[in-house]
Amino acid sequence: MFSLENITRIIHEWLNSHFNPTFALLSEFILVGLASITLFAVLGLSLVFMERKVAAVMQIRLGPNRVGPKGIFQTTADTLKLLMKEGLVPDGADKFLFTMAPFVVMIVAMLILAPIAFAKNFQIWDINIGVLYLSAVSSLSVIGILMAGWASNNKYSLLGAMRSGAQIVSYELSAGLSVLSIVVMTGSLSIRDIILSQENGWWIFKAHIPALISFVIFIIAVTAETNRAPFDMAEAESELTAGFHTEYSGMRFALFFLAEYINIFIVCAIGATLFFGGWMPLHIGNWQGFNHIMDYIPSSIWFLGKTIGLIFLIMWFRWTFPRLRIDQLLNLEWKYLLPISMFNLLLMTLVAIMGWHF
Amino acid sequence: MLNEDLKLKLTEILPTIIFEEGGEWLNAFIPPEELVSFVEQLRYSEGLDFDYLFCLTCIDWKSHFTMVYHFSSTIHRHNIVVKAKLDRNNPEIETVSDIWRTAEMLEREVYDLFGVKFLHHPDLRRLIMPDDWEGWPLRKDFEDPVNMIKL
Amino acid sequence: MIEEIGRTTEGDLIINVGPQHPATHGVLHLVITLNGETIKKVEPHLGYIHRSIEKMCESLSYRQFIYVTSRMDYLSSHINNHGCALCVEKGLQIEVPLRAQYIRVIMDELTRIASHELWWGAMAMDLGAFTPFFHAFRERETITDIMEKTCGARLTMNYMVPGGVMAELHPDFQKDVKHFIQLYKSKFEEYNELVTGNVIFQNRMKSVGVISKEDAISYGCSGPVGRASGVICDIRKLYPYDIYNKVEFDEITEKEGDSFARYVVRLKEMQQSIRIIEQLLDNIPEGDFQAKTKAVLKLPKGEFYQRVETARGELGVYIVSEGGTTPYRIKFRSPGFSNLSALEHMVKGLKIGDLVAAMGSLDLVIPDIDR
Repeated sequence: MFSLENITRIIHEWLNSHFNPTFALLSEFILVGLASITLFAVLGLSLVFMERKVAAVMQIRLGPNRVGPKGIFQTTADTLKLLMKEGLVPDGADKFLFTMAPFVVMIVAMLILAPIAFAKNFQIWDINIGVLYLSAVSSLSVIGILMAGWASNNKYSLLGAMRSGAQIVSYELSAGLSVLSIVVMTGSLSIRDIILSQENGWWIFKAHIPALISFVIFIIAVTAETNRAPFDMAEAESELTAGFHTEYSGMRFALFFLAEYINIFIVCAIGATLFFGGWMPLHIGNWQGFNHIMDYIPSSIWFLGKTIGLIFLIMWFRWTFPRLRIDQLLNLEWKYLLPISMFNLLLMTLVAIMGWHF
Repeated sequence: MLNEDLKLKLTEILPTIIFEEGGEWLNAFIPPEELVSFVEQLRYSEGLDFDYLFCLTCIDWKSHFTMVYHFSSTIHRHNIVVKAKLDRNNPEIETVSDIWRTAEMLEREVYDLFGVKFLHHPDLRRLIMPDDWEGWPLRKDFEDPVNMIKL
Repeated sequence: MIEEIGRTTEGDLIINVGPQHPATHGVLHLVITLNGETIKKVEPHLGYIHRSIEKMCESLSYRQFIYVTSRMDYLSSHINNHGCALCVEKGLQIEVPLRAQYIRVIMDELTRIASHELWWGAMAMDLGAFTPFFHAFRERETITDIMEKTCGARLTMNYMVPGGVMAELHPDFQKDVKHFIQLYKSKFEEYNELVTGNVIFQNRMKSVGVISKEDAISYGCSGPVGRASGVICDIRKLYPYDIYNKVEFDEITEKEGDSFARYVVRLKEMQQSIRIIEQLLDNIPEGDFQAKTKAVLKLPKGEFYQRVETARGELGVYIVSEGGTTPYRIKFRSPGFSNLSALEHMVKGLKIGDLVAAMGSLDLVIPDIDR
């Protein structure tokens, strides 16, 4: 049936048969670039719309329902509005850094897109150190945030950026350790290998207790990394500072805003890949019949379904819990999550060596 | 404590006290110079223990001011009203804010609206009106043709 | 909204909070002195919504001034009106018919529940949880619909007159209130699950903004703020008015005096209000809803003081009369004024996030403070 890898195969063969290989490769580059930019735009728009609708349902109201059928063009209208706004650069701000900061954050988000597998054989770049690449590149986004805070020439933006930076750097440790525990089970850093190793069941079921602990810690850590509630003290309205993006307006603000939602998509995609099998359908051991039925659903649908499920979970957190104070937030990481994740890594290693997993 | 016993006890503390009849609670008039020593006795004496100051205000009788203090006791559950007559041209009285902390803001309000100076108040300045307002609004002779509309 | 306005000589920051707030409280302007994140001094600047109600009332008749007071603490407007009406009745020695007394108490308790609902939603929103606000307003809408049918207005219901109430109850009143009580009982468990039992909330509110019992009495705190520190100050029990001496309800006190204790006191008070309404609802006696009074009221020469328990604390109405048709001097002892004076004592040495939690737990309504 419908499968995305067929499309790539057809395009690849058509290009190679009509042009010389270098030119074909170049045009593939351009196509992939265009596709990812489009993906970004579409994802950004639809995730913002999803957030508003999910918030509305949880708050017993309707959400946007005027612009377009059932309100689906709401975010397009908002983006057009932001495009037409005047983009102010404050007096005394460092112009170069101020302009670069949103782009740094966006570029980092795009770079992380490379090793993620959207469907079977539909990956931009299957590097053999996929997981390490993801952790390393996602740390670069802190630079963008600090640039934005510093270049704004506003004491409160700087304070907010420092707080955000401290929060992100702290929670990367726990996220990294949870990711590492799955790598221990798989034995490989490559994304493709991790997904293929879940052919007889997803890791969250196979490596039961340690994987569950890892998953919980992972979800908490990535909510904190993307500055989402309940960890959004650095950008809360009724608190002291309005965050590192106070001085941004117009398109630059839109870039920050979209980058936040893309980041959420990416971390949920990573979570879905590591713990829930990425594009791998739900297989149970060697129940051939069941597995065969599950294979009928295309792998891209599996991937999207899992990712959207995790995104919904993260949005659910935002509209249910109040905020943590900044010192409670850092306390949580250094005193609780980090020791638990280190212990969990040991536990996972023990399970892997003794073979106590399915 | 009943009103009669209170009257006896209070006259012991301050012989120059005058009681007014007819109100719901005991009304006691004292000279303004004796205020602090009298209310300290009210607060700390055994059997009196008036620890709750629940209303502090001023009334402008056109020839003089009257400061009114309403006290209550959370232990014995009796109430008393203490009044002091002030001279209209130079209204001054001691502050009671070191005995009851609530008096700090209440006295600032009376200063703001009537112009009564509270001696030894930690921070006496205008509270409700803007800082550069001229005049004492709640006095009976306060005229403001711009802002006030007489009905 | 927040800007630095200066530095002290030691290098502490002085910043403004307000007067425009994103969610709640009205126009409260605080000038805070900070050392890093620790608060050293909090100074409230009042007067942004001062409407000189006390001076205005000196030129309004005894029937007219009651309706200006609805605008003072607009969340418990019935209770404000009730206090003023009681004071005038005390002066004129009017006997209020039993039916009017029942109606007044039921309206008071419904107002108390509505006010606490709004406080609950707003406090949760201050702390960052946006959803309880909508849940709280869902219940509050039911109450304001009931009020609208009988009194004609949703927020400033000018319904009490000296002598009773202004109009007869709507025929659907008892049915609507019964429906509301049923709805409320089924939703109350949600409140505890969603907010009270949540660990994040508890960590943000426990041991934040502690005020001891002696300090609470010294600062004149009343209402839920005082009761959370152990002060027994429920006017409905100590100096009962109307029918309060004949209904059974508990006075809720806690010992810790922190924000969480104030929160718990208000939640339990809502349940006690439901209990009072249930006792009274089916037994409203027949009779007049208003006593016969003269058209123009003249209080005799003298002074009259009436205390009532609003949702925020003890409201005192002090009328000084010279025998005319208008009062000579009126003073409203507002509960928020004294509760606000305790704010600095509560938050000294804590962080900014704690200031938000403590302010929310005090339940301030600024028009009540500024008058």
